Amino acid sequence: MAQEQTDSVLSVQHLKKKIGRKWIIKDVTFDVKPGEIFGFLGPNGAGKTTTIRMLVDLIKPTEGKIQVCGYDVNRDPERALKYVGSIVENPEVYTYLTGWENLEHFARMQPGVDNDRIQEVVDIVRLDQRIHDKVRTYSLGMRQRLGIAQALLGRPRLLILDEPTNGLDPKGIKELRVFIKQLASEGMAVFVSSHLLSEIQLLCDRVAIISAGRVLAVGGVNELIEDHSKLAIWHVAPLEEGKKMLLDAGISLVDRPADVMDDTIVAGLGPNAVVAEMHEDRIPVLVQQMVQAGVQVEGVQRIQPTLEQLFLKMTEGESIE
Amino acid sequence: MPLIRNETIKMVKKKRLYIIFIVLAVLVPMFTYAQMKSAENNRDKFGGDWRLELQQAITDNQNSLGSDRVPEEYKKYRTVYIQQMQYYLENDINPKEPGGVTFTREFMNNAVGLFIPLLIMAIASDLVSGERTTGTIKMLLTRPVKRWKVLLSKLITLIMFVSIIVVSAYIICYVISGAVFGYKGFGMPIFTGFKVVGTDVDMSAVHAVDQWLYMLMQAGLIWFVSIIVAMLAFMVSVLVRSTAASIVIMMAALIAGTILTSMAASWQSAKYLFMVNLELPDYLSGGLPPIEGMNLGFSLIVLSVWGIASLFVSFIVFTKRDILN
Repeated sequence: MAQEQTDSVLSVQHLKKKIGRKWIIKDVTFDVKPGEIFGFLGPNGAGKTTTIRMLVDLIKPTEGKIQVCGYDVNRDPERALKYVGSIVENPEVYTYLTGWENLEHFARMQPGVDNDRIQEVVDIVRLDQRIHDKVRTYSLGMRQRLGIAQALLGRPRLLILDEPTNGLDPKGIKELRVFIKQLASEGMAVFVSSHLLSEIQLLCDRVAIISAGRVLAVGGVNELIEDHSKLAIWHVAPLEEGKKMLLDAGISLVDRPADVMDDTIVAGLGPNAVVAEMHEDRIPVLVQQMVQAGVQVEGVQRIQPTLEQLFLKMTEGESIE
Repeated sequence: MPLIRNETIKMVKKKRLYIIFIVLAVLVPMFTYAQMKSAENNRDKFGGDWRLELQQAITDNQNSLGSDRVPEEYKKYRTVYIQQMQYYLENDINPKEPGGVTFTREFMNNAVGLFIPLLIMAIASDLVSGERTTGTIKMLLTRPVKRWKVLLSKLITLIMFVSIIVVSAYIICYVISGAVFGYKGFGMPIFTGFKVVGTDVDMSAVHAVDQWLYMLMQAGLIWFVSIIVAMLAFMVSVLVRSTAASIVIMMAALIAGTILTSMAASWQSAKYLFMVNLELPDYLSGGLPPIEGMNLGFSLIVLSVWGIASLFVSFIVFTKRDILN
């Protein structure tokens, strides 16, 4: 036990998958440790779901090795999957059964889950009010919670959630975040995939970034995301004066903001806005200089680059499919 | 086996079984009524003397043999039929002695080719494809259980429910028709053992058995056919992702079977297809086989091969396949 605590809960080595003639997954390697929330970040079509399906033995890898708590998932699924709770894509449950019957159904498929445990997970996800209703009548959020309850039944060491915030409202997303952090603090490893940079930033300790079937980087969220290119939107008047001062300070300006930022932010840019690529440390000094030079600073706003921008930086000009 | 319990619960909660019972409960009275009408009709005509009625049927069939408009195959059927009926007449036994038991026997005889298989498809066709359509297969296969165990639990459950369907078809039929024709007739003698050689019927092995025993043998054969059909539907359900496609494929195969049976006499190798081998009870009553060279043993072997092959395919595909959606 003690040894497993320090070892990886999930270890993925040089995973490759060929479907038809195409290599969908070209090279995926990473480790997940106990008690950490591990993000799996990549745009749609990068191979996130295919990788997750291989993690839970729905798809056999063409090459490479996946181990959960030391057991090979493909060779020894009966042992390895005992430690895994998962939701792949949507939480699919039997709609003609009640929530409770669904949990009973999945409880029978693994050892050591009794009625007390079912009641426990029902309480954890707070479904006790409606648990004896047919799932047909549940809202999406409730189905999501039932899915999580199902995943938690076997007291897993590793929880795999595929795009868990899909279809949830902001309140639901926030609750889910708190909930996942709590699980991790109790020692469970949580693997979360997402195509949203902000979500990974808010939730995860470490992250693997995947694009076109290849892991580009694995590391702490801060090192990988926050230290990469930073952007600041300056609202200055007169605009030309401000731009000139930024350029003089050796800061490059972004000509086409739509390429590097979310559309919602671009839409909010006023006539006096300029987007600069710079580290936030330099903002206070520059503001002071501008004020002294008589340039009115109406506002400075730090923003995160989009995922695409991050990829561009990482692949350094390599085109993204 | 908790897995079998899971599958049984799902099967019951899907309420498919009730639909089957309802279909039976609606259709059987219809046939009963039709049978009653024709019996009344005959009673008016022949004054209740079944010998006259049977003689008339034989004469009618004999007359049609001389007609050029009747196809050769039909003539063969009728030749065999005439010889059997004459045998009944000579031994002074009414082959159509009215009663709930006789009706049930005849009904099941006719149902085995298409009707019973259809009922079985109603539960077999979405057993695996249904889980794929709804996506619950992902939940099922990410649990720490080997895939073949999941599939085996489904298969065992299917066999259980197929047995229930066959037995309840008998019971529903007997109860409903008995209400009209009376519940008697278990001890009535039935001839079996007719051997058809060309168009001649060899009577040397013919012997009478009580109707209840006859029905037991018939039920065994029908059960066997049902299990084989269930296995085939099961395989299709493993291979095809959508339930609708799965049902259509099985339907097409079955209906092709009934069409082939009536016209494939000249296509010899069709006898290796499973669909033309479904009418096992006909071997008991001694009808002309759809294609020359077929007999009970042959059909049992052909069906067994089909059943085992489909199980083989089901298990290999199910354990190996990537679940992509």
